[in-house]
Amino acid sequence: MRAKLYARRRRRNAVAMSLSLVATAIGLGWLVLILGALLWQGLSGVSLKVFTEMTPPPGSDGGLLNPIVGSLIMTGLAVLIGTPVGILAGTYMAEYGRYARTTSVVRFINDILLSAPSIIVGLFIYEIAVATMGHFSALAGALALAVIVVPVVIRTTEDMLLLVPNALREAAAALGMPRAYIIRHVAYRAAKAGIVTGVLLAIARISGETAPLLFTALNNQFWSTNLNAPMASLPAVIFQFALSPYADWQKLAWTGALIITLAVLTLSILARALTATRRQS
Amino acid sequence: MPSRAQVLMRMRFADKAFQHLTHATALGVLLLLGCIIFSLIIGSLPALRAFGFDFLLTQKWNPVTEQFGALAPIYGTIVTSVIAMAIAVPIGLLVAMFLTELCPMWLRRPISIAVELLAGIPSIIYGIWGLFVFAPFLQVHVQPRLIEAFGEVPLLSSLFAGPPYGIGTLTAGLILAIMVLPFITSISRDVFETVPAVLKESAYGLGCTTWEVFRNVVLPYTRVGVIGGVMLGLGRALGETMAVTFVIGNAHKVAPSILAPGTTISATIANEFTEAVGDIYTSSLIALGLILFAITLVVLALARYMLLRVERRLGA
Repeated sequence: MRAKLYARRRRRNAVAMSLSLVATAIGLGWLVLILGALLWQGLSGVSLKVFTEMTPPPGSDGGLLNPIVGSLIMTGLAVLIGTPVGILAGTYMAEYGRYARTTSVVRFINDILLSAPSIIVGLFIYEIAVATMGHFSALAGALALAVIVVPVVIRTTEDMLLLVPNALREAAAALGMPRAYIIRHVAYRAAKAGIVTGVLLAIARISGETAPLLFTALNNQFWSTNLNAPMASLPAVIFQFALSPYADWQKLAWTGALIITLAVLTLSILARALTATRRQS
Repeated sequence: MPSRAQVLMRMRFADKAFQHLTHATALGVLLLLGCIIFSLIIGSLPALRAFGFDFLLTQKWNPVTEQFGALAPIYGTIVTSVIAMAIAVPIGLLVAMFLTELCPMWLRRPISIAVELLAGIPSIIYGIWGLFVFAPFLQVHVQPRLIEAFGEVPLLSSLFAGPPYGIGTLTAGLILAIMVLPFITSISRDVFETVPAVLKESAYGLGCTTWEVFRNVVLPYTRVGVIGGVMLGLGRALGETMAVTFVIGNAHKVAPSILAPGTTISATIANEFTEAVGDIYTSSLIALGLILFAITLVVLALARYMLLRVERRLGA
């Protein structure tokens, strides 16, 4: 009787454990499958042309130069706008307002913004920028991306500043430094690697964002660096080309997808390495 | 050479200025959320005025006669998310259990990193992969078998009816499941790790198996956090746009079969917004956005509240 019960418990345990092994294999299997398909389909289209030529009309040769540059411009602008805002707000939450009621409210709202659907951000920017200006523009696209950057940077900045030991701040205060000085010259310096990580993660997050760009920056078949006009971006071009019936457009879409994925993976691994070395030292 | 008092004054001024600046930007976050909600409401007013409450209940979506109803997208959003959660939650929890209870130490970090990389892949990549690799695979190998297997069973036969298109509600749900899986896994793992070792060790000391420890100690202890993590995943699934847009087929129909093409709120907006002509059409799409935002806000707020409770308990 007892042996039977024991055997049953053992069996149930074995079943659960093997299920968890299978689940892990499935979870990791997707990563392999997706990366494999990306490499397989994307690598065959990689050539110098991809980086030197404009997006082609259907049926002819071309590259992805204008969307790549467009993505870089808009991502750069978004980071320029979003990072200072995020760092300042994060500074308030970790330094001046650490115990304030506002901080917990802002943190709660910020966490919600962090995972809010990005297409909503696109609609919002459409309403306030595109509809009022009367046309789609790269600037609106960058603004939409900036709205996504801010919560990411706020989150990491606050977390990293909270990790800075208080003894450092107290030592600086004992020297007679004003608060703003302590924050800029002691706290920021101690948390630098962490804050940079946050910015890298934010870049990784927005470099693949498509939904907020669809009706802010729109798309552009031609070379354009005009911030006041529609601009091509890699995700928008992938969306357009992948859903098209033309084989060479689809091929370019795969190549673009590979470029984005490699960029995002490099950024996240870089971010991880930054925090890892910091933890060791 | 400025006097000592002057320098001190300037420092005090700079200090105050910096404090107010940071305070204002922090409050700006609240303002941002307010602005988003406000602009969505303003934008959807024309449609809500024209259709009233019926907007939520009608299936009609006709740009020519300017008749719009949100039922099909809302239905599609809910069905795809339910499919995604039904698959991703058990698998995610099992992976998290593997990572916290079974996995040898040296393997934990690599697997955790792989899971987080999976979470970082942009949704458009899942979309293009789903369209060109996953949907054809389902069409040829999985869907015909589903139709055959459930063809005779009542109820299920209508759920799995129709020709295997490849793209459709089921495919979208499966892609969503793959996307949500890493979120659920990494949050559940973090939550599982908050269980005090003493609790687990005493259960092991009584002779419990690993599964019994997980089922009777870890899960009850972390219930609130796990539900929070699941709801966070649900929030992602509800609002996910690009991956779904590629594979759902964009048909404004409430079809009983999950193999049939459908649409979701976000896919409708992504597909039609730039082509929308006329105020009522645009406004209807923004109204869809408002509905989506309202749903996700509630889900995400609940999720954060639950995760906050876990953190509080840790701090206490």
